[in-house]
Amino acid sequence: MKLTLKIWRQKDANSKGKMMDYTIDGIDGDMSFLEMMDVLNEELINKGEEPVEFDHDCREGICGSCSLQINGEPHGPDRLVTTCQLHMRKFNDGDTITIEPFRAKAFPVIKDLIVDRTAFDRIQQAGGFISVNTSGNTQDANSIPIDKHDADDAFYSAACIGCGACVAACKNASAMLFTSAKVSQYALLPQGKVEAVDRVQNMVRQMDLEGFGNCTNTGACEVECPKGISLENIARMNREYLSASVKG
Amino acid sequence: MGILDSKVPAGPLAAKWTKHKNEIDLVNPANKRNIDIIVVGTGLAGGSAAATLAELGYNVKTFCYQDSPRRAHSIAAQGGINAAKNYQGDGDSNYRLFYDTVKGGDYRSREANVYRLAEVSGQIIDQCVAQGVPFAREYGGLLDNRSFGGVLVSRTFYAKGQTGQQLLLGAYSAMNRQINRGKIQPFNRHEMMDLVKIDGKARGIIARNLITGEIERHSAHAVVLATGGYGNVFFLSTNAMGSNVMAAWRAHRRGAHFANPCFTQIHPTCIPVSGDHQSKLTLMSESLRNDGRIWVPAKLEDAQAIREGKLKPTQLKEEDRDYYLERRYPAFGNLVPRDVASRAAKERCDEGFGINKTGEAVYLDFDAAIMRYGKEKALTSGMKDADDKTIRNLGEEVIENKYGNLFQMYEKIVDENPYKTPMMIYPAVHYTMGGLWVDYNLQTTVEGCYAAGEANFSDHGANRLGASALMQGLADGYFVLPYTIGDYLSNDIRTGKIPTDSPEFEASEKEVRDRIEKLMNGKGTHSVDYYHKILGKIMWNKCGMSRNEKELQEAIDEISSLRADFWENVRVPGSPDTKNQELEKAGRVADFLELGELFAKDALTRNESCGGHFREEYQTPEGEALRDDENFKFVSSWEYKGEPKDAVLHKEELKYENIELKTRSYK
Repeated sequence: MKLTLKIWRQKDANSKGKMMDYTIDGIDGDMSFLEMMDVLNEELINKGEEPVEFDHDCREGICGSCSLQINGEPHGPDRLVTTCQLHMRKFNDGDTITIEPFRAKAFPVIKDLIVDRTAFDRIQQAGGFISVNTSGNTQDANSIPIDKHDADDAFYSAACIGCGACVAACKNASAMLFTSAKVSQYALLPQGKVEAVDRVQNMVRQMDLEGFGNCTNTGACEVECPKGISLENIARMNREYLSASVKG
Repeated sequence: MGILDSKVPAGPLAAKWTKHKNEIDLVNPANKRNIDIIVVGTGLAGGSAAATLAELGYNVKTFCYQDSPRRAHSIAAQGGINAAKNYQGDGDSNYRLFYDTVKGGDYRSREANVYRLAEVSGQIIDQCVAQGVPFAREYGGLLDNRSFGGVLVSRTFYAKGQTGQQLLLGAYSAMNRQINRGKIQPFNRHEMMDLVKIDGKARGIIARNLITGEIERHSAHAVVLATGGYGNVFFLSTNAMGSNVMAAWRAHRRGAHFANPCFTQIHPTCIPVSGDHQSKLTLMSESLRNDGRIWVPAKLEDAQAIREGKLKPTQLKEEDRDYYLERRYPAFGNLVPRDVASRAAKERCDEGFGINKTGEAVYLDFDAAIMRYGKEKALTSGMKDADDKTIRNLGEEVIENKYGNLFQMYEKIVDENPYKTPMMIYPAVHYTMGGLWVDYNLQTTVEGCYAAGEANFSDHGANRLGASALMQGLADGYFVLPYTIGDYLSNDIRTGKIPTDSPEFEASEKEVRDRIEKLMNGKGTHSVDYYHKILGKIMWNKCGMSRNEKELQEAIDEISSLRADFWENVRVPGSPDTKNQELEKAGRVADFLELGELFAKDALTRNESCGGHFREEYQTPEGEALRDDENFKFVSSWEYKGEPKDAVLHKEELKYENIELKTRSYK
């Protein structure tokens, strides 16, 4: 395949960025999108130019490092995959592909396609935990039976990889899907009930402080989420938040 | 004994850890506030250690090269975590988990460390459940278990095929709680460039801020390295792209011995290599071997027809298939340990029975399991005479429930539907049992420098059993280090803050800067990846699943000259004072080029076959590994002396007082 790539280049957080055009040839359908980027970078290095920087690590869709807005969609045109698992067979010879960083006020660009997602960490630090000491001197793991459906639902919420696609997909750059996934995981489990009131309030407060926008229920986040995190999480967080506000 | 004092406490095996905990010194809570600890790496071992140490009251600084601690490569572990809970009532016990681990490791691990691991395994599960880790459950609400290779009980706890993710997010949440309290200061996108020693003790690190390129000094009273394994020395592995040996290797250069570098795990079930562009390999969890049957065609002509695309695997009759693991190892069948399964796959492919274009793949087939589960599901749903199609649909649903994410991942990568046609798999580098030598307290040969998780060598011998890496990482971090490090730090309560303007910090920083400058000043003939790929090929071809004297010697020579070429000719574009991913890679590959040579030297020195280390000269007539307990029942612990060829071998003799040394048999 021969492709034209339009890629966002930006020297650092304080510089102005711009789109640059590149052409690339000999791309095989079995390559992953990032392996295509590897080929481009190898060519750039050999020409004495600076390679395009992008975040990536596990390359098996679980670490949440990779991002990229590909042809306007977070993680590109395929569904339920991260960019590292998007394969070139989804594209055709002669295609022009636009590659940009995830765009959000709360995700400033660090360099080229790399953005700063530490806002997500700070939301988790505000309440995304259960306050038990790690002494191991808790009760036996089987002493509280948990309904299998609740345990499974908690797992599906906990499967969020924190990549930020939900924010990049949202016209308001809202982080509701991300935040609600963690709130939901604990709301569904008996272990999480004790701190439920404080947790949802603290996490939502931090989310707002970071400059993420509001949710207007368009559902783009759910469509683009590589892990299929459901909108139900947002509904659950809204209920948790309302009930916490009433309880004070 | 000299340098290598394992410090294993006296007394009966089962009482050692309790006795040790009762006897070691503690630091009082007020004094803990005056003590700083650096934890490098935030995976299961580092994350859990950081959270626990902070919770105890120490001031903790964590370092990771990723943008968030949550992205450490522990997150990619799929199958599960072992614990001797005996919830299934199938005869499990601490002793049996200990026994399986020592046997699985082919009798090359340290008894007392392994027993302690088994002893704390149950607490790990209790702890994680209390933290809200959503493990898989049965309909009655209790925790579910499955089986892994090399054992005869069901002791593996799991969260679908994402157990590592869920456990890591648990440790990350425990870290977040301490970050919120101000007890952990996280330094993300930072890489450790050197260990700083003052008066022989580890007192800090030099780190590079990967965003700004700034070189920073950080002091502490103790340094914990939990930086994972070095599988990426092979270029292609299931490790994350950034996984590297730099922190461990820098510590090695400062005096920490490197133990058993040649003990590498080549995992039998990975998606085969598809072409030269490949950047990494993807694992298909060992849990799949609970239900999948591994086979190749029994006839060479069928294998050839399949390779040429003239025959489909589903067209092959039962009697024309060779379920070679079930044939060779009837007692354990498809659940033999990883080293055995990998070698058996290589043997069949070397004989010409491989089934993909490259001839390096075998089948992992779920058809029998789909029909078996389907029948059961039909019966329990009240369908007594369900037809085959209904049974198949029901069975596929059960399989999807168990392994859905793995099947989806396979389909995305290979573009084939594994519910309808068998998966293709081949062994790939996955885990390294070798690592920094540590004593019973997890302290390296540098005082005050500790190593935890995959970064140390102690628990898995020459082969690690499935679902034991997660167990070891969390055991080290939650339950071992917090005790043993306190014993060491009890001597530091009057030391006060370690200043960073000492000549030692000055000298270390200068060395780091000089090294970066040297990397930037290569002649610029070839990229970093060019060298890394060549190194990987040498390692895979000559230090991979089977090794021999001639090729190991060649590997040593080739790596040595490749290293010289690298330093002369590498091209690192850009500037060192900004984000520069090529510079990051260059530093890591430079260390792999040293480690690789030591790896080959270690393999050459060990004239026996054991676990993942298979020397062609040492095998039984049936092609099984031939261990030599008389001459090689020791840990190879290498001391740095400049060039890898000058490294000095120290031996820690292994004593087995509670387990009988036997030829490992899974037949």
